[in-house]
Amino acid sequence: MSTQALPDLERSRRSPAVVAVSLIGPLTVVAGGVWAFVQPYRLTFLDPAGHGFWSLAVEPPLLVVLVGVLFHLVVAPGIVEDVAAAEAETDP
Amino acid sequence: MIPPAETVHWLFATGFLVLGLCQLGETLVGSTVWERRRWRAYLWPATAFGMGLFMWPVMVFFTSSAIHMLAHGVWAQAMMVAGAAQLGLVRGKLQNQLWNLTVPFALAVSGAAFLIHEQNPWLFSRAAFLHHALGWTALVGAGITLSLCVRPRSPVFNAGFALVFLAFATLLFCDRNVAPIFGHLSPLAGTR
Repeated sequence: MSTQALPDLERSRRSPAVVAVSLIGPLTVVAGGVWAFVQPYRLTFLDPAGHGFWSLAVEPPLLVVLVGVLFHLVVAPGIVEDVAAAEAETDP
Repeated sequence: MIPPAETVHWLFATGFLVLGLCQLGETLVGSTVWERRRWRAYLWPATAFGMGLFMWPVMVFFTSSAIHMLAHGVWAQAMMVAGAAQLGLVRGKLQNQLWNLTVPFALAVSGAAFLIHEQNPWLFSRAAFLHHALGWTALVGAGITLSLCVRPRSPVFNAGFALVFLAFATLLFCDRNVAPIFGHLSPLAGTR
């Protein structure tokens, strides 16, 4: 592992593009949370009686939160590393 | 154990949300950085192709009239063509950049299908409103992606493309089987 990589990563984490990418996931989670708060009836698990399997398995606000979490954990970290690598190549 | 139509729309909305967030990420860091990992380059075309595949069972199990069935069949084909062409371009099997025109073509066909097969006015019901809104969003998306073919690195058009996907997701998440729109629900629209 290159010792130069860590400072590059730290510096790139402050670049506006990386900050914006890092915010996509959390903002999506917040959007799902706000939606659940404004329309709690879209969360059928809060009142499961009378709902079938699909209504309980597919709850839109939770799907939004799930997508935000997955983007933040799976997609965003790699982008941050690749921005650092690209910056290191162009500005050695 | 077939899911209700609204549930299927929400699952497709989730797919469009994934596409929109990824396109937004690519817009922010640029295609060069985005494509440093090959799986990211394949993400949006593969998702579009997969959503086109899943549209076929939707066409078979969830359509209640011939025109409704035809519209879903057209979407399935359009999404698969656009996804497959983009997969070919990313893989390098296709070299001609004119294959990028499959995306605006797919969006234009999808928009036309939405608008033609919805025969009720905007405020007939929520589903009717969403069909009109989705149709016009797809046509706007066709214009944006056509502009992207001319200026592929334009941040404005790339951001616009991402916003089209996010608009699709939002509109599809709003769908219900039978529901009013802005307080309007035609008595002919069925019962909740």
